[in-house]
Amino acid sequence: MGWAIALHGGAGDIPRSLSPDRRLPREAALRHCLQLGVSALQSHAHPLDVVELVVRELENHPQFNAGKGSVLTTDGTVEMEACIMDGKTMRCGAVSGLTTVVNAVSVARLVMDKTPHIYLGFQGAEAFAREHGLETVDPSHFITPENIERLKQAKEANRVQIDYTQPIKQDEKSEVLAATGGSGDSQIGTVGCVAVDRDGNLATATSTGGLVNKMVGRIGDTPVIGAGTYANSYCAVSATGRGEAVIRATVARDVAALMEYKGLSLQEAAAYVVGERVPQGTAGLVAVSASGEVTMPFNTTGMFRACATEDGYTEIGIWPTEQE
Amino acid sequence: MGGWAIAVHGGAGVDPNLPLQRQEEAKRLLTRCLKLGISALRSNLPAIDVVELVVRELESDPLFNSGRGSALTEKGTVEMEASIMDGTKRRCGAVSGVTTVKNPVSLARLVMDKSPHSYLAFSGAEDFARQQGVEMVENDYFITEENVGMLKLAKEANSIMFDYRIPLPSTCSAGAAAANNPIRMNGLPISVYAPETVGCTVVDRQGRCAAATSTGGLMNKKIGRIGDSPLIGSGTYAGKLCGVSCTGEGEAIIRATLARDVAAVMEYKGLGLQAAVDFVIKERLDEGKAGLIAVSNKGEVACGFNANGMFRGCATEDGFMEVGIW
Repeated sequence: MGWAIALHGGAGDIPRSLSPDRRLPREAALRHCLQLGVSALQSHAHPLDVVELVVRELENHPQFNAGKGSVLTTDGTVEMEACIMDGKTMRCGAVSGLTTVVNAVSVARLVMDKTPHIYLGFQGAEAFAREHGLETVDPSHFITPENIERLKQAKEANRVQIDYTQPIKQDEKSEVLAATGGSGDSQIGTVGCVAVDRDGNLATATSTGGLVNKMVGRIGDTPVIGAGTYANSYCAVSATGRGEAVIRATVARDVAALMEYKGLSLQEAAAYVVGERVPQGTAGLVAVSASGEVTMPFNTTGMFRACATEDGYTEIGIWPTEQE
Repeated sequence: MGGWAIAVHGGAGVDPNLPLQRQEEAKRLLTRCLKLGISALRSNLPAIDVVELVVRELESDPLFNSGRGSALTEKGTVEMEASIMDGTKRRCGAVSGVTTVKNPVSLARLVMDKSPHSYLAFSGAEDFARQQGVEMVENDYFITEENVGMLKLAKEANSIMFDYRIPLPSTCSAGAAAANNPIRMNGLPISVYAPETVGCTVVDRQGRCAAATSTGGLMNKKIGRIGDSPLIGSGTYAGKLCGVSCTGEGEAIIRATLARDVAAVMEYKGLGLQAAVDFVIKERLDEGKAGLIAVSNKGEVACGFNANGMFRGCATEDGFMEVGIW
C-alpha cells in the first residue's frame, strides 16, 4: 500500500493528428499537475486537499474544458460545474451553473464543508461563493477564442443535422452530440483528479464547462454524485465523456459497486463499466483504490491523462498505449 | 409472479402527532393515486406513462410536498425538482429550480424525450418549458398558507437550534414542538418538517420498469439547493430489474446513491427485491433517515424506511393492495 494519484483532462475524439501546438501544452500541463499532486501526497497532504489543488490547476489551464477554457453554451456563455467527494466520510459537495467564480471545485468544497447541503446551483451557488469571499471575475475571463470557434462549428453541424429532421431518440443522442463536436479537437469532457494516501483515505474531484453548444441550464454528469464523481472506502472515481451516457450508467458509483458487491478488482470493475455499461466512444475515467492501485480506462479515441504511484510508476498519455 | 405492480409515496418522516384527520386525508390521496395507476396499468399503458400520470396527480394535490404544496425556500418562494427514468433503456430526464411549471415531472419527461440532454435547471429549464408549451403558472400558485406557516416555524426552530443558550420557551410553538418531539429530520423538529417528495414506481405487464420522483425540496432551503429527487441514482432509478423512488433526508440519500444501490445489489449480488431494499435501508443510510418504494420486473413490490413513517401505497396485479403511514 502506498499513495496513488490519477488525473484527466477529458476523454473524447482526440485525433492523432492533433497539432503539436495543441498537444504539447496539454501534455506539459498534465505533467505539471501530476507533479503538484505527487509533491502534495509526499508531504502528507490529505487527498481531499490534493484533488482540490490539482483540479484548481486544471481549471486555470485554458486548454482544458473547465474554468478558463470551458466550452460555451448555445448562448455563447460559460456555465461551470464541479463536484468533490471524500471516500472515508462520504461527504460531498457539488455546484452547477457558475458563471463568475474562478474555481468551481473550491465552491463545491465549501458547499461540502460549510453547509448542511450537498448541491447548490446557479444563482444560489454564485451568491454562496460571493458570501464566502471566493475569487470572482467577469464572465468573459473564461471564454477563449478556440471555444468561440468550436461553438460556431457546432452550430453549423447542428444545422446540417436538423435538415435530416430526425426525432432525437435517447440512443441517438450520442450520435447527434458527436456530430456537433466539430472537427476533432472538440474539447469534450472534463477535468478530474483522484487520490489515495498511505492510510487508504480516498478523494475525488471533477470540474467542467460541460458540452459545447449545450442548452442553457443543462447539467451533465460531473456534479451528479454517482455519475461523474464518486468515492467511498473502496475507491475514488472521476469520469469524463458524454454526460448523458455517464448519468444513465451511474459510471462512478458502478465501479465501486462492482468492487464491493461482486468482488472485482479496481481494474476489472473500471474496465467493465467503460467497456460494457456505456456506448463505445462516450466515456473514460480515472480511479484509485484504497490499496494504492490506479486505472485509467476509456472507450474514446483518447483521454488526456496522467498517473503516478508511490512505488515509482508514472504514466502520461493521450491515446491508448500499445498494449491496449 | 409476473403481472403489473405499482407503488406510490408521499414522503418519509412523519410527525407522530399528526392529527388523525390529516392521516386519513393522506391515505385517501394515496389510494386515489394508486387506483389511477392501476386503471392505467389495466389498460396496458406503458410503465413510463403510468409513473408520469400518477406523479402529476400527486403534484397537483396540495397535500404533499411537490408541485402545489411544495416546501418553501428561505425566501418564501418555491423551487421544484423532479426526475423520471425508463428502465427499458435507462433513458432519463430531470429538472431543478423550476418555479412556474405546473407539473415538473412532465417537464422532466420532456427533457428526456424532446431534448438532447438529461437534466435542465433554473432559467434554462423554464425556457425549455416555454418552448415546449407546457402549462405555466405564477410561483404563488404553488404556495399554500399552511407552508407559509411551516416556513415561519422552521425559521424559528433553526434560530432556536443555533443558539443553545436560549432555553426553549414554552410559549413558542416551535420550541414546544422541539421539546415534545425529539425526532428530527434534516435538523428540524418533526412537527415542522415537511415530509419531502412524492414518487411512483411501476412495472407493467410487459415487465418494463419505470420510476419518477418530484419535490419542492427542503423547508427553508437555501436558494439553489438541489436535493436527491432530480439526481438519477440517488432519488430515482429504473433499469431492467427494478424501479425505485426515494424520499427523506436528501443529503443522506445522495451519499448512499440509494436508488441505484437497490438495483446494483440485485444486479451484482443477485439479491431479490425485498432483500435488496432491506439491505440498502439497513446498510447504506448510516445516520440518515429515508425511505423508498420499489418494484421488480417480476411484478413484485417492496418498500423500506428507517424514518419513523412514510406515506405510501402499493398494489400488485394479483389483487394485493395496501396503503400505510407507519
